[in-house]
Amino acid sequence: MLKVNGQDHPWHPGLTVAQLLKEKNYIFHAIIVRVNDKYAPGEDYDKTAINDGDDVQAIHLITGG
Amino acid sequence: MKILVNEKPQEIATGSMVSDAARLYKNNADLFIRNGFPCGQDVKLEDGDRLVLIKKGEMPKREELEHLLMARHTPGVHERLKSATVGIAGCGGLGSTAAVALARAGIGKLIIADFDVVEPSNLNRQQYFVEHIGQPKVEALKEIILKANPFAEVECHQVRITPANVSQLFNAADVIVEAFDLADQKLMLAEAVQKQMPDKPLVIGNGMAGWGDNNLLKTRQVGRIYICGDEISEAGPGMGLMAPRVGMAACMEANQVLEILLGPDPRIRSFIEQDKQSTLNMNKAKGERC
Repeated sequence: MLKVNGQDHPWHPGLTVAQLLKEKNYIFHAIIVRVNDKYAPGEDYDKTAINDGDDVQAIHLITGG
Repeated sequence: MKILVNEKPQEIATGSMVSDAARLYKNNADLFIRNGFPCGQDVKLEDGDRLVLIKKGEMPKREELEHLLMARHTPGVHERLKSATVGIAGCGGLGSTAAVALARAGIGKLIIADFDVVEPSNLNRQQYFVEHIGQPKVEALKEIILKANPFAEVECHQVRITPANVSQLFNAADVIVEAFDLADQKLMLAEAVQKQMPDKPLVIGNGMAGWGDNNLLKTRQVGRIYICGDEISEAGPGMGLMAPRVGMAACMEANQVLEILLGPDPRIRSFIEQDKQSTLNMNKAKGERC
């Protein structure tokens, strides 16, 4: 089990940031991800592994200002 | 005892009243502000008090204007903000309002950056006036800021902010305020700051289109990123932006900057604690809050 924005999400071996975003249906492109308080760059989502128990924060940036 | 009168240290007899200080230092004063709050003349002064004496309607000399402008601040706060530098990335609805609020709060230096000029559709939510249409936003904003607080230092950059110039623009800032309109721009800045200046606090405005629903706007902290807004109301065709809600998000950003620079306000924390205690003890004698 891991946390995504404070909510439980099931973990499985081989989980990456890219896969997690797909599972959460976070399909908007303007998104910032931090894993255990460390920035995960967008270009590395496929390679960034997520471990069991990790704390993932996603910020979905939206237009307006 | 020692007190500060219009920021000048003065020695005054123990037991003196505000009226005594007024007689000695500003005979025609008709507004008295003691430790950040207006008071009557019949209030007894205490050692270490900070007293500001103002004559309403009188234009102060430049050398005494700055502390008169900050007379309603909690004592000690202005000195700390005066030494701070804040970067404002974008001078639209979020940036112009946050910058004016921070300048009024007495931030010493603002670095403002925006490539654009003021056009008519900006005026429904941005701090500009009709006379500014056609002017570079950074120049117009500097003029407005200095009208409110002529002691703020304003560094203007009329440039498009890109990953290539972010650190050059904002490296000297203690905090960066993200104040763009478009999500892609917000993303560009957030990515660049995290890659290039990971320890720099970044305050983002995110989700403030439409009107109403005051209580949806909130602040969320993720690492050194502080997100202000409702995170759901996206501007787009059929979904406009208006001064009140954009202004709320902008002032939440400015307020967050103050908390980053000063730490949480200890007085607010103590009010919260008192409130809890009063509820726990059912202390009717102290009066109940609604």
